Amino acid sequence: MTEYIDLKTPLENSTIEKLKAGDKVRISGVLYTARDAAHKRLIEMVVAGKDLPFDVKGQLLYYVGPTPAKPGQVIGSAGPTTSYRMDTYAPTLIKMGLKGTIGKGSRSKEVIEAMKEHKAVYFAAVGGAAALIAKTIKKVEIIAFDDLGAEAVRKMEVENFPAIVVNDTAGGDLYDIGRGKYTIPL
Amino acid sequence: MRQINTEQITDTVEKLCTDANYNLGEDLITSLSGALEKEESPLGREVITQLLENAEIGRKEQVPVCQDTGFAIIFIELGQEVVLAGGDLREAINEGIRHGYKNGLLRKSIVKNPIDRINTGDNTPAVIHTDIVPGDKLKITFDAKGGGCENMSRSAMLTPAQGREGVIDFVVETVRTAGANPCPPIIVGVGLGGTFDYSTLLAKRAILRPVGSNNKDKTIASLEIGLLEKINKLGIGPQGLGGRTTALAVHVESFPCHIASLPVAVNIECHSHRTKTVVI
Repeated sequence: MTEYIDLKTPLENSTIEKLKAGDKVRISGVLYTARDAAHKRLIEMVVAGKDLPFDVKGQLLYYVGPTPAKPGQVIGSAGPTTSYRMDTYAPTLIKMGLKGTIGKGSRSKEVIEAMKEHKAVYFAAVGGAAALIAKTIKKVEIIAFDDLGAEAVRKMEVENFPAIVVNDTAGGDLYDIGRGKYTIPL
Repeated sequence: MRQINTEQITDTVEKLCTDANYNLGEDLITSLSGALEKEESPLGREVITQLLENAEIGRKEQVPVCQDTGFAIIFIELGQEVVLAGGDLREAINEGIRHGYKNGLLRKSIVKNPIDRINTGDNTPAVIHTDIVPGDKLKITFDAKGGGCENMSRSAMLTPAQGREGVIDFVVETVRTAGANPCPPIIVGVGLGGTFDYSTLLAKRAILRPVGSNNKDKTIASLEIGLLEKINKLGIGPQGLGGRTTALAVHVESFPCHIASLPVAVNIECHSHRTKTVVI
């Protein structure tokens, strides 16, 4: 089996540009989280010229809304949510210097173009492997929009968070490549 | 006549919430294990292996297998000879959901108004379907329905002329356009016939059949087998990363329909298929 590439946040363009669709990665460092409701507020803040709750430059954003933590747990189950719902918001954050997003499912043309132009990648985590993924999350704090509960913006510290590059900066798309290999004409 | 106290319904529903979210059904695990053996894609096999490992963690540590602990859907089959005492049935069910999602540390994923979108804070209300049936039992089926796969569901009012081929094309196209989004490998519930609304309920009920079981009607069973084969030729694979296992099963439920109509509904369910049934 192919090796993992170890990535440590924050990430620079030189690292991002070397990643190729299909690369398996293990991410360590900080991941910020946001999904539907938080993104709406984040973009409203950008439009209003306000500072965001965190600096996106060099960072990765994980699309997740976790379950509550058990006593003694850092976080509950925390697998990815479906990314296309954040497609309208992603290009703005990518233009501001966000280096990657982690979710599941395909991105739109606009997001893919923004990633190519501004050097960002899209990673997929395994949807539904939420208890397994949670074990790589070592520290969590809510940094914005506490009232949104599971949808609040969180800052997570992770160790060897597993993901796979779906869209790279050269236009490679693992969903296309994968399907292409296994489609049998009807 | 047999009396059942609604407090018992609340307690039962509370236990169903956590049981379903922590412990995936044996039929689902068997289906995933079978898919692992047949899957040709190395990455696909790796994904399925992780899903089985994840299911084991859920069961051992009693934690949710997926962070989307779903919209609570309850199917009630109430025996005609049962009298409910104590309180309102819907209230009793929602109280069970409230307790289950709070005490079971499940995610609160419901917003009160689809436009304003303020979280209800307790994962209620449930969607409740009730059927009155012969007998003196109360059967409660709980389903935690994830949002991602639900979002990929579609329905259509085909013309009778479109026929069997039209149904096949619609179902396969729905799965094809969904791609990686519903978290493959999926379970495809198809509702055929009835009215516009009834076809979607049939599709939801179809999902709740034992995974991989075929309809007792031979015509419909043959449709199920044909659909599963065509869907798995799409090559979408586990998590859409390419492979032979796009769907674990296709279940079709059918009902008579109008001479002018051919309603077909496709309800997509992901591999975190969480449903439990109790008979009181």
